[in-house]
Amino acid sequence: MGNRNGTSDVRLPAVRFRISGDRALIAVYGEGVDPAVNERVRRMAALIAAVRHPAIEAVVPSYCTLAVHYDPNLIDPPALAGLLRDLEAHPGETAVPEAAIVEIPVCYGGEFGPDLEVVAAHNRLAPEAVIQLHSEAVYRIYAIGFAPGFCYLGGLDPRIHAPRLATPRLRVPAGSVGIAGGQTGIYPLTSPGGWQLIGRTPLRLFDPEREPPIPYRPGDAIRFRPIPADVFARLAAEADR
Amino acid sequence: MNPALRILSPGFGLTVQDLGRFGARHLGVPLSGALDDYAHRVANWLVGNAAACATLELILGGVRIECLAAIDIAVTGAGIDLRLNGEVRRQWASLRVRPGDVLELHLAENGCRAYLALTGGVAVPAVLGSRSTYLGGGLGGLHGRVLAAGDLVPAGGRSLLAAPRCLPWTPVYPEHHVLRAIAGPHDHLFQRGLDRFFASTFTVSPRSDRMGCRLSGPAVERDAGAPASIVSEPVVPGNVQVPADGQPILLLKEQTIGGYTAIATVLSADLWRIGQARPGDTVRFVRVDLEEGQRIAAEWRGFLAETERLLAGGRPHAPCTD
Repeated sequence: MGNRNGTSDVRLPAVRFRISGDRALIAVYGEGVDPAVNERVRRMAALIAAVRHPAIEAVVPSYCTLAVHYDPNLIDPPALAGLLRDLEAHPGETAVPEAAIVEIPVCYGGEFGPDLEVVAAHNRLAPEAVIQLHSEAVYRIYAIGFAPGFCYLGGLDPRIHAPRLATPRLRVPAGSVGIAGGQTGIYPLTSPGGWQLIGRTPLRLFDPEREPPIPYRPGDAIRFRPIPADVFARLAAEADR
Repeated sequence: MNPALRILSPGFGLTVQDLGRFGARHLGVPLSGALDDYAHRVANWLVGNAAACATLELILGGVRIECLAAIDIAVTGAGIDLRLNGEVRRQWASLRVRPGDVLELHLAENGCRAYLALTGGVAVPAVLGSRSTYLGGGLGGLHGRVLAAGDLVPAGGRSLLAAPRCLPWTPVYPEHHVLRAIAGPHDHLFQRGLDRFFASTFTVSPRSDRMGCRLSGPAVERDAGAPASIVSEPVVPGNVQVPADGQPILLLKEQTIGGYTAIATVLSADLWRIGQARPGDTVRFVRVDLEEGQRIAAEWRGFLAETERLLAGGRPHAPCTD
């Protein structure tokens, strides 16, 4: 969306701002789950990070908003709001990387996806069809949060929606790929959870000792690639090294 | 790194905390850090450390610790019964300990969380720029978990104080907490309920944790047609979220984005107070505007700087080391 320098010929709704305490400003770029709005958020988060303004301590994007954590000694919210408006209108030479599509290998079914057949039966599909529909789509990462590296993904095919488990599992292994309602996602860490598990990735999605600690950024997209159990075992062994 | 302390009894919820993990919230890694960062800072200054050094945060007491090295320690925060080898000792003051000494931190009479600082800070490895324990993510601190009996706590320094230090006053935590707050970020959805919210008294629920202080009281009313939940937005410590049942949750330091609307946000200069709230304590919010909030924040930073100078006696504080 938009042209290269982000000005005039595409009319964007005006950004709005909300006060979130004495150290953070929330910039609101639109509403709801909207890829165009989320792309605007992604671009702005990258631009703000790139200018390295001394008053800006952190930028945290979500679906249609981003938080700018600022040092009130160095800037006040009206000046900060002006700075964000200017940055969007005149990004200058600041390069914003294109969104990436990150491939996540997944071994579907069996011990890694104990609920694959439940999801299939719920939708009157063969398990293979669930795998195909799940791995054909490209999922936008609308936000990262809830847990380190956990992605809120958009784009699950309505033909493979499935209800949450009536009783959540006490322990879902890290890397498990699940479906809950109209959402799909990956558990980056071992935790309790109520999603229907259809597979698992051998990748270690969150590793605080690695740079970057997670292999994707907000606004990137994810595609799942089906792998057999022997490839899972090999990739898991590599991830452990 | 030589261990400085051995945990004999951990009580519950004994963790390593510093001022927090600032640079990883976009990855879904929350801030964490000492919930009463005022007590945490003073504990560090009392033993000659920079405020950013890691301390041990404990809840309500029940902790016994064996000292393994000659170091300085200081215990601040909740008013507990502090004993060294059975003898009552002062909090908010430095304490020279020697190998074989046994520290006991018995049940708190006031407040909820106490902080134990030691020479050079708790020298666990920094993860994503901080030593704070984030239990939900299993990272930071000592292997990302609460401390257990037998754990060894490494100290980062050997430079002992030339003279003992003490804070010239003793903070006592109340059972009723008055928190100044700025309306928003979603006050536009609470036009009807805003005045009543700021006039209400809430009670701290036992279901509170480091993620949020849950409050019960008069249901906070949202405007007709205003949604209870929204697509997730970034949250900050101090946001007062209002779920569908109208019972507010004061967000603390372990969440990065959330899907509830927030009626108000507690000032950064007041947030430490809620770290000392116990279940059953009462809370009231006093409305200030942004300008006043920032003036209060600037005053608070000035007070902290003055306290640091007072305790340091003109000497620079040692940075934390591994």
